[in-house]
Amino acid sequence: MSAARKILIFGGIALALVGMLYGLYYALFAEHQALDSMGGSLAKGFASAASDQLAEANAAIDDFGAAKYDYVRQVDVHSHWIGLAMLMIVLGVVFDSASLGERAGIAVALAFLLGSVVFPLGVILQTLRHGSIFASSLAISGSALVSLALAALALGFMRQHA
Amino acid sequence: MAVWEPPNPGGEGGASPATAPARNVTAPGPAAVHLGPSFAAMSARRMLVFGGIALIAAGMLFGDIFAVFVLHQNGALTGQALLAATQAVAAQNATAVKDIFASIGGLLEDRGTKVDTHVHMTDAGYLALLLALLQPYVALPQERKKVLAKVFLVGGVLLPIGIFLIHYVGLAYSPFPVIGWASVLADTAGALLMFSLAGFGWGVWRHMRSRRVGAVEPELVNDRSWERQVLLVGGTVLVLLGFIHGAWYAERHLYQHEAQETTILRNMINTAAAKNTMVAAQAVADYGNLQAEKAVNIAAHSHFIEFGLLAILLSFVQPYVFLGGVWKRRWVKVLLAGGLILPLFVLLELKLGLVAGGIADVGGLVVIVALIGMLVGVLRYTGRLDGDTGEAS
Repeated sequence: MSAARKILIFGGIALALVGMLYGLYYALFAEHQALDSMGGSLAKGFASAASDQLAEANAAIDDFGAAKYDYVRQVDVHSHWIGLAMLMIVLGVVFDSASLGERAGIAVALAFLLGSVVFPLGVILQTLRHGSIFASSLAISGSALVSLALAALALGFMRQHA
Repeated sequence: MAVWEPPNPGGEGGASPATAPARNVTAPGPAAVHLGPSFAAMSARRMLVFGGIALIAAGMLFGDIFAVFVLHQNGALTGQALLAATQAVAAQNATAVKDIFASIGGLLEDRGTKVDTHVHMTDAGYLALLLALLQPYVALPQERKKVLAKVFLVGGVLLPIGIFLIHYVGLAYSPFPVIGWASVLADTAGALLMFSLAGFGWGVWRHMRSRRVGAVEPELVNDRSWERQVLLVGGTVLVLLGFIHGAWYAERHLYQHEAQETTILRNMINTAAAKNTMVAAQAVADYGNLQAEKAVNIAAHSHFIEFGLLAILLSFVQPYVFLGGVWKRRWVKVLLAGGLILPLFVLLELKLGLVAGGIADVGGLVVIVALIGMLVGVLRYTGRLDGDTGEAS
């Protein structure tokens, strides 16, 4: 098994386990609370408005926005880690069908692994500090790395076909 | 390394010279029979391939039924409930507001659990196919592999069932304050999946540690057939399209939509409290449009990637698809066409309305048909293989 395939397959299995464990933790200990918080804030916003307490109503809508911001990203992290892990394993198995040199192959595999770890990590860091430029940059860099690695692989498959 | 090269019955330029002599209608013949253990009846690999394709087809069928019969109706009901909530705010009826939000919560849970059922069923199928590919590198006894494969498939079936039931079972007879029995079933099934995945991972680790030169069982053939290469290139391009679309959406619209959501909601409650029901109703319509815009973008992103992954996974199954070359190529083209049509027309739903939604649903159906066509080909292959094995013994 080539070094590039090892990186993709073992990295993918490890990432899938991390993603699943994170999903299990989130489903057991945080998701229901997050959903309650979102639903509760929205209902409170409307109920407060009905009681003519507009300041409280607007604050509750802000709370809803903040809770939803976190919830969307927590779910995204879980699904993207597992999705990227699956993609890594599949591409690891098929890697030899791409016409890439050994060094280029390792570079592509490393870019894929790094991007797959860093992209969801950047997303989850956004929940610690909303609007964090560092976290957003991390997510963008990770996603760019994965996209570049995929483009290189697609070219590799096309060259093999040609 | 023993490499199983099952015959390609295609007949139309595709297989490598090594497989060419076997390309006839009687394949798989005796040459494949002695290599049969890699795809033997009730072997881990065969269970995972069949189970995986069946889970994906079932998950997609469920998704199509959900899109046609539940999705839009659920959205309309949620919009009506939100409108009623603004009217209750205007009437300063806080009790009615709370009742309406309880019903909205139910509608959202109904929709969310059905989306999750679809996603988890198809994803379990993808994972099953993936594990089938990894079998040559899993250094475990065959019996243990079979147990792990069964555990995985049981978990893959029970997880979506548990998720589907969450909305209907609720907290009935549950000893927990927020977790119902259906959630317990879903979480248990998730644990089964993780157990199985960890077991296969352990097998791969043992394989690497033993420094074996080759695989522990015959690898899937690394053929260069037209079908395989087109699925590989097409699948990778679809995944890339999904990534580019996702990155574009996150950069251009995600934060904008999040800000718009709270702005619209504030506008909704403030105008309703001021008894300006016309403006409040417009805010409800704006909110619905925003949710629709978010939903179609997320659906297009995820479907591009899922269909791309499916195409790559199915490229490995092609040597086992015992169909004529014309039909093999036809199913490949149909699958890729459906994989492109669905996400593209989901995106166009905002501009073209339900017509685009209908075309997207047809795209999904086309993928299911291609998938079933390939499954039939694999069933024909295994039927012939088992028949030949029986005759040989």
